[in-house]
Amino acid sequence: MADVPTHATTLAPTSPADAQALLLPYVLQLADTSLILAHRLSEWCGHGPILEQDLAMANIALDLLGEARSYYQYAAELEGKGRTEDDLAYLRSAVEYRNPLLVEQPNGDFAATIARQFLYDAFHYHLLLQLQQGPDRQLAAIAEKSVKEAAYHVKWSSEWVIRLGDGTEESRRRLEKALESLWRYSGELTTPNATEQALQAAGLVPDYAAIQQQVDAHVARVFEEATLPVPQGVFMQKGGKDGRHSEHLGYLLTELQYLQRTYPGLQW
Amino acid sequence: MVEQRVAPSEERIWHLLEEVSDPEVPVLSILDLGIVRAVRVEGEDVHVTITPTYSGCPAMNTIATEIRLRLLAEGITKLQIHNQLSPAWTTDWMSQAGREKLEAYGIAPPVDGTATGHLLNLFGEDTAVRCPNCKSEHTHLVSQFGSTACKAHYQCDDCLEPFDYFKCHA
Repeated sequence: MADVPTHATTLAPTSPADAQALLLPYVLQLADTSLILAHRLSEWCGHGPILEQDLAMANIALDLLGEARSYYQYAAELEGKGRTEDDLAYLRSAVEYRNPLLVEQPNGDFAATIARQFLYDAFHYHLLLQLQQGPDRQLAAIAEKSVKEAAYHVKWSSEWVIRLGDGTEESRRRLEKALESLWRYSGELTTPNATEQALQAAGLVPDYAAIQQQVDAHVARVFEEATLPVPQGVFMQKGGKDGRHSEHLGYLLTELQYLQRTYPGLQW
Repeated sequence: MVEQRVAPSEERIWHLLEEVSDPEVPVLSILDLGIVRAVRVEGEDVHVTITPTYSGCPAMNTIATEIRLRLLAEGITKLQIHNQLSPAWTTDWMSQAGREKLEAYGIAPPVDGTATGHLLNLFGEDTAVRCPNCKSEHTHLVSQFGSTACKAHYQCDDCLEPFDYFKCHA
């Protein structure tokens, strides 16, 4: 894991021009996060526990994929080197991907997928609410578009946490097991890396402490209805946002990028 | 000899766009849906600005192609289609004629003011949606996510018919 390129070393203090330069890795991080979670959800297509929930996961995957495309298109424009959204999605390796660890975790059973989705949705929804009021006009426009969709996502996953947690002995056991393995990845979402810190100082990335409070309040409320205790004192894993991923991402990208790697430039 | 073409008026282009239908809900024109945000003619250049309904809506590419083909049939070759994200599309922009066409087609039109805009409404009351088949108000939500991104899945408690509901997005 040595020699992973980071944007961390020469950051502080940040001038407006520096901050603008750091926007590219941050927009890529947003893009990668939406794409990877969309891919994970799309793996359920045709395998959902019931038809309606299979459709729900495919729909959410599609929303996230659309959001990812908007970010990739913006990233390509910011980079200005002629790379397209497809180049950025299909031709970057795992260490270049900037998604947090949570979204690359495997689907597991339906409870694990719900737990992952709930932890992400609670953050995603509150992040977009802030981003849509941010100073960067393109990010604000994408957030304004996506927050309406994210509201449906967080409602869906919250209701499923309640159903499973306050459901049968079996559903509760599975959800508890899922949370035991996934909770440790939730902290990375609101722990700014060096890029985010510099952008926060310049006002381009919202204050994560405030978002964390809103997320905590939502999680507490849902867990109470689900009769689940909120995990306490769990050591939080991180690294995905700096390109240090779990072993799962490589396998995921192998599948996601297979066609473009095997037949470069192939089009529909 | 090259024939000098002058682009038709903006009014004429709006009229032509009325004939372009949504590929997934063919009963609606793209004007009914509120997808076309602006038309501008500058000399021979025509600019059409469209906005996506949902971020991942796979129909957007098809819609852009259909617009191009329809205008091409009128000899309009210098066309630029612009994508605009903000202000974000809302079902408030759907025309009254569009809503009536939807219901006649078997899809319940959006009930304004019922978007999931707040987190507190978990397991809240379902929106009262009228069955497009028997017009009963006794219906229930099966799933917020239906056959396309823009629709939810409902069922009528009286005629028992399952149906699509074009969900409110505001």
